[in-house]
Amino acid sequence: MKASVEELKEIARQVRIETIKAIYLARSGHPGGSLSATDILVTLYFGGYVNVDPSNPYKPDRDRFVLSKGHAAPALYAVLALKGFFEKEKLYTLRKLGSPLQGHVSRKHTPGVEASTGSLGQGLSIALGMALKAKVDQMDYKVYCLMSDGELQEGMSWEAAMTAKHFKPKGLIALIDNNNIQLDDFVTKVNSGIYPIEDKFQACGWHTITVDGHDFKQLIEAFEEALQISREKPVAIRAMTIKGKGVSFMENTPAWHGKAPNREKFVIAMKDLGVSEAEIEEFLNRYDN
Amino acid sequence: MFLYTKDAPKGDLRKIYGETLVELGKKDPKLCVVDGDLSTSTKTAVFGKEFPERFFNVGIDEQNLIGVASGLAYDKDRVVFASSFSIFLTGRPWEVIRQHIGYNELPVKLVATHAGITVGPDGASHQMNEDIAIMRAIPNMRVVVPADSNILKKMLYKAYETPGPFYIRLSREKFPIVYPEDVEFEIGGGFLLREGRDVTIVAVGLMVSHALDTATILEEKYGISAEVIDPVSVKPIDVNLLAESAKKTSKVVTVEEHSIIGGLGEAVASALAESYPVPIKRIGIPDTYGESGTAGELLRKFELMPDQLAERIYNWLKTF
Repeated sequence: MKASVEELKEIARQVRIETIKAIYLARSGHPGGSLSATDILVTLYFGGYVNVDPSNPYKPDRDRFVLSKGHAAPALYAVLALKGFFEKEKLYTLRKLGSPLQGHVSRKHTPGVEASTGSLGQGLSIALGMALKAKVDQMDYKVYCLMSDGELQEGMSWEAAMTAKHFKPKGLIALIDNNNIQLDDFVTKVNSGIYPIEDKFQACGWHTITVDGHDFKQLIEAFEEALQISREKPVAIRAMTIKGKGVSFMENTPAWHGKAPNREKFVIAMKDLGVSEAEIEEFLNRYDN
Repeated sequence: MFLYTKDAPKGDLRKIYGETLVELGKKDPKLCVVDGDLSTSTKTAVFGKEFPERFFNVGIDEQNLIGVASGLAYDKDRVVFASSFSIFLTGRPWEVIRQHIGYNELPVKLVATHAGITVGPDGASHQMNEDIAIMRAIPNMRVVVPADSNILKKMLYKAYETPGPFYIRLSREKFPIVYPEDVEFEIGGGFLLREGRDVTIVAVGLMVSHALDTATILEEKYGISAEVIDPVSVKPIDVNLLAESAKKTSKVVTVEEHSIIGGLGEAVASALAESYPVPIKRIGIPDTYGESGTAGELLRKFELMPDQLAERIYNWLKTF
């Protein structure tokens, strides 16, 4: 079932709320890159592009989604919870001892997670292996891989990009969450060599699409195009995004790459995301005492 | 028990690896193999020729080699063999191995060839003397070192049948045959190859045949009775076998074509320190790099030839 653009917007708002709640309660985590990736994730999972069955999370013919930027775990967890892979309550155990929701995604812990990541630059290679497996098994599932822009600095990302051209897997789609911020600073300041992204993927034999990563209509069009073209060659979608999207003080701010908001900032974030004072109060009373 | 004689014929480990892969490939249509531009050397090319649709030679990109192997194996619905030279298969992508194959217990069997100094003329860049150390350190990883091509074949089948990751260490050189073809191999179970009273020599790989020759020299030249153990598996290691032998001889020497840091020697030392502590002498590559030379010349340079080993062990025993 495909959600409409209006529905996607509302789901994305819920995902952002749950992401920030989980990170706030965990007292650590990566809000910036979770929020920038939210609209991409929501379109994939609720727009009908990643076909998965929460009651049978590892069905052989499912589509695969590899979160190469494993630190965006909270956003993926929120999506998986809303999708029905586990109870929403679990989100508030994020990063706590014994939790099924590890700081960076772990297939060992969380149903619906395809690859354990957190060490950057590895996901595309894993996704390529999964896509090659589809070829061996003569199946036609799709393999999506969400990468950060910063992790394109890892050589392994390009090893995988080159190799994909050679082996011609079907249904391999890379998504680059191009928020232009990495841990230390703006990507353009730390190591701008990743740009131009499209030219590099094209040189490696990929079809590229560039979209506004917060515009659901554009994302849907890009995914539709990618589904067609990925039958012939791998597709890279560069999604222009805003780090911290949706929370005023986090937006486009390197400092919010990897820290949790304090109580005061948490309240502001919730208000930015349209949560009422009464709801915030109720949440804090229930989970943060 | 074992066949070894001083003039034992030699068996080609890499050839057996290639042939066994084809056997397994015929048996199991899901089995995949990944290599990184060394397939004609590692002999995975033999599998590639037979099953091109499930053979992936990814070129010179070992991190991606491990990534692709992991991606193929993540569902744990098939066994994947991944090969390259030891230095490139373990050293370059170590952290990718840890993150995916180790952490998720993926059924990826890492079979490295060209380990140790016997790689020879290629020199220090290619002589991997630290692979056992770094692979042992990865949780869930089993580390096994065949002493000949017969046990290698059993080891490959065992690795194929056993869930989870393996590191199998092969060398470029042909090894003298030590075991009969019908040798039975259990993971974590070693072999007592020769009984003795005065000292236990624990060795893996090529050094097993050297240790057996050394024991003969020790007996004939120095009147020393040496026990010889091949633990086969460095991780897990056969603690009981080691402790029983240590109780008998009270002196243990380890011999490996690997750094004495982190390798067989330290595995044996840790196992005995916690079960039956006795004096231990670690023999192997000291804390240094190799250089170009023939395998034989390098083994002599590092004093790993049987006559040299016998003298070193004799001199060490004299200090007590």
